Amino acid sequence: MAAAARGCGGVWCRVWQCGAGGSAPRGQCSVAGSARSAAVPAGKSGLAPWVPVVGLEIHAQISSNSKLFSGSQVQFAAPPNSVVSFFDASLPGTLPVINRRCVEAAVMTGLALNCSINKRSLFDRKHYFYADLPAGYQITQQRVPIAVNGTLSYSLCTDNKMSQMVTKTVRIKQIQLEQDSGKSLHDDTRSQTLVDLNRAGVGLMEVVMEPDMCCGEEAAAAVRELQLILQTLGSSHAVMAEGQLRVDANVSVHHPGEPYGVRTEVKNINSIRFLAKAVDHEIQRQIEELENGGTVLNETRAFDSKLGCTVPMRDKEGKQDYRFMPEPNLPPLILYDTKSLPANMNHQQVVNIDWIHERLPDLPSVKRAKLVEQYGILPEHSFTLLNEDGLTEFFENVVKHTQMKPKKVIGWILNDLLSYLNQHSLTVKESPVSSSILADLLNLLERKEISSTAAKQVLVELWKGEGKTPLEIVKEKKLELIQDQEALEQICQAVIDGQENEVMAIKAGNHKVLNKLIGLVQRRTQGRSNPVLVKQLLEKKLLE
Amino acid sequence: MLRASLREVSAALKEGHVSPTELCQRCLALIKSTKFLNAYITVVEETALKQAEESEKRYRTGQPLGVLDGIPVAVKDNFSTAGIETTCASEMLKGYIPPYSATVVQKLLDQGAVLLGKTNLDEFAMGSGSTDGVFGPVRNPWSYSRQYKEKLVPKSHPEDEDSNWVITGGSSGGSAAAVSSFTCFAALGSDTGGSTRNPAAHCGVVGLKPTYGLISRHGLIPLVNSMDVPGILTRCVDDAAVVLGSLAGHDPKDSTTVQDSFKPFELPNLTDVSKLSIGIPKEYHAPGLSSEILALWSKAADLFKNAGANVIEVSLPHTRYSIVCYHVLCTAEVASNMARFDGLEYGHRSDMNKSTESMYAATRREGFNDVVRGRILSGNYFLLKQNYENYFVKAQKVRRLIANDFMKVFRSGVDILLTPTTLSDAVPYTEFIKEDNRTRSAQDDILTQAVNMAGLPAISVPTALSERGLPVGLQFIGRSFQEKQLLTVAKWFEKQVKFPMIELEEVKRHDHGVFQHQKSASFS
Repeated sequence: MAAAARGCGGVWCRVWQCGAGGSAPRGQCSVAGSARSAAVPAGKSGLAPWVPVVGLEIHAQISSNSKLFSGSQVQFAAPPNSVVSFFDASLPGTLPVINRRCVEAAVMTGLALNCSINKRSLFDRKHYFYADLPAGYQITQQRVPIAVNGTLSYSLCTDNKMSQMVTKTVRIKQIQLEQDSGKSLHDDTRSQTLVDLNRAGVGLMEVVMEPDMCCGEEAAAAVRELQLILQTLGSSHAVMAEGQLRVDANVSVHHPGEPYGVRTEVKNINSIRFLAKAVDHEIQRQIEELENGGTVLNETRAFDSKLGCTVPMRDKEGKQDYRFMPEPNLPPLILYDTKSLPANMNHQQVVNIDWIHERLPDLPSVKRAKLVEQYGILPEHSFTLLNEDGLTEFFENVVKHTQMKPKKVIGWILNDLLSYLNQHSLTVKESPVSSSILADLLNLLERKEISSTAAKQVLVELWKGEGKTPLEIVKEKKLELIQDQEALEQICQAVIDGQENEVMAIKAGNHKVLNKLIGLVQRRTQGRSNPVLVKQLLEKKLLE
Repeated sequence: MLRASLREVSAALKEGHVSPTELCQRCLALIKSTKFLNAYITVVEETALKQAEESEKRYRTGQPLGVLDGIPVAVKDNFSTAGIETTCASEMLKGYIPPYSATVVQKLLDQGAVLLGKTNLDEFAMGSGSTDGVFGPVRNPWSYSRQYKEKLVPKSHPEDEDSNWVITGGSSGGSAAAVSSFTCFAALGSDTGGSTRNPAAHCGVVGLKPTYGLISRHGLIPLVNSMDVPGILTRCVDDAAVVLGSLAGHDPKDSTTVQDSFKPFELPNLTDVSKLSIGIPKEYHAPGLSSEILALWSKAADLFKNAGANVIEVSLPHTRYSIVCYHVLCTAEVASNMARFDGLEYGHRSDMNKSTESMYAATRREGFNDVVRGRILSGNYFLLKQNYENYFVKAQKVRRLIANDFMKVFRSGVDILLTPTTLSDAVPYTEFIKEDNRTRSAQDDILTQAVNMAGLPAISVPTALSERGLPVGLQFIGRSFQEKQLLTVAKWFEKQVKFPMIELEEVKRHDHGVFQHQKSASFS
């Protein structure tokens, strides 16, 4: 099933790729894609190609000490029901009191996503019965959310080599503040449901993205960019594995020029990689369903990461009427800007949008541009730097402490450091080699005290994390370059003497063979010779 | 002593004429001998005596906490009380012991008041008779007064005597009966559509509904969050001002309380009402208003006029939509507020365990009475997506119009509105239950409800006895947060009408003290 999905995925994937190359205006990605796709081979039934439409609803848990409407702590993996206030357990007579920090986090996020911030927003109750929703309703912002009409720009590469990036934009419909629910644990063998209310009442920002995306890759890239923004702002830790970022995808397909198809909602996606898979699978499933004469149901489906496909969800709520109602215990949430700020107002009690705006940190896009400009690295490298938590800082520290050009440093960071970390599933913080150690090593290389081959050998030793400095390893392993030119000349001569055929070839004009001799010199010196110098010496001996 | 006002008994405590423990014991004894009134659901004798003892220590060391120190009080059983069962007179919350106290309860305790117990009500405060709770109806103390008994037409069958007792009104009937029968000096009620003022009028006590947002609702188990306010029941207007002063002010736990700091006040003795403008809203001449009450109302208006006040007829044209509008808004909030009672975290849980859903259904069927279930059903109907605009949103718009009516009248220069509190005096229980709860509530809230829509302060002041020897109250409505002005006028009126004191055999036996304020001439 998974294989089939992948196989057919190519067909529609090419559809959007056509559009992706151009600078499609926002919101028209799918239309542009479909318009161009007339030239693209159609689905297997020979009909017109399909245009997938993907929208996202993302719940980001707000990073705050206490919950949205109560004073109890927010703590991941605390013992069950250990951080539950009377309000969280919905004891009768308790009332919500809004957490200023959560409001600020939402404003910050709204500003970072180019939203207009509503200076007056409202809270509503959304009703449904569920064991982990003790009040029987969730407090959310259905009518007037805190932020609306924003945009998020994200980039993705159009080929596997990561060399061609395109930037796209998805519109943000709104950001609303709402309460998280508790957790239900179903024990089927004892037919019991255990309820943990630790999470009940934790602040969430629901970010609603318009259906401006058209494949899993785009959805994944958009979410990754959002995740980076949230983490940069500190408004959410946004770790998907810990449930701090939850993504639901709305997916539909239609033929170009026709209205949007019936959409399904895909839930239960717990990593960005799975998001791409889930969306692509769902698009493929719908296409197959429709091409086989079936229909797409407006239903909620769950992504099964083991099977790699989406399955209909046992709908916990059925077709629900949530009976929305204004939350009567919370007055309208009023925000100020510097102009509207009343003079006599206690600053501790108000949220000033301008004040927050002025203090927004550099967002990932700005950081990337700065990296490219400041260090002359490639744009795609700036993406990699930001994608790994702490990698940019690591890179900048190395650059600061070495004479090596940043353009060269980035190669060591991406090819050596990052691949080692990835192989061993380590984070940048867990790297056995610190930025200053790496800088020391690169300095040895830059000062031509060691060859790059030797530098790689040193790095292998450094990964062991035994606390030795690069210089110590160089000394210990005798890896320093032979500085004695006479000795090196002798070695070169010895190699020339032993390779008559090659020497003949070189003299006959085949200069490529020179490299073989250089290699032999390197081998004989165990990598301790400077290849540039060796080349000069050999050329001098053979060609002059 | 028990028949004294709060301020009088407070002075007596200070002077050492009576000790807090003695006072508490006397009240507890009277509660026992008036048990038939069914005013209390829970009496906490032990903790009350302990609190009295603590108070006594403070008095002995000359460090009482204030006017309320040592004063026996009662609290309606829909306020959370830490460690004391809080039932809302519902099967659903029988046995529920809250781990925290409502802000108003805590404030009373912090000022040294002695909490005697929790008073009876209609289930979840839904009713206007205090007849629809799981612990049975509250009997109006006036049913047993000399004044009422004397006027009863002698019945041929003596066994019928028990059918003559009249209701207290509601839903804070237990609190009104407790204050009226002298078992406590002040009681907390709640007022959503008249639930404090209505029983106050029927029981001959003062019932104050403060401005919405002046007193914290934290810990008050809600009926309609946007209209609920804790109510104050006392023997006289001065006492209401004392209790108000001890409860009012911003509560960080209730975001709908106002930030402005509240200054407790003492009421001046008004001597000149000539600068006052008293509005008589013509719409309160409602269908069903008894001629007796109508007569008292105009008499009261004349009283002000004769004293030099400017008395004018005013119009609140949207008041007549208040009840139907209330029906929609109330049931919608009830449907929402009651959703938490699912048997999981607290309260009643059905044995039904086939599925979570069936457990919910059975729990709620077993836990709520017909009135509550009926309101939940209507409320959910009004909140359905297809109905929301037509019912809930419209009702909210009408609510705004009702509030605007009041604003216009007050802006035109009227200081206080004078209206009846109830359509008639209290009816016998046997009469009352002939109509269902919904019909009764719709009729009985008609004169009190609009005030809740507008969030305004209002007070019911006992005015006179009816021909049947039962109390009648009149209502004063003030501007938002102008409680001082409202209570000052109410106090002046109270002084003029000299409402007679209830004469109860039980009390005479328990209270050997002299009548503190013997009243002679009365208003009727």
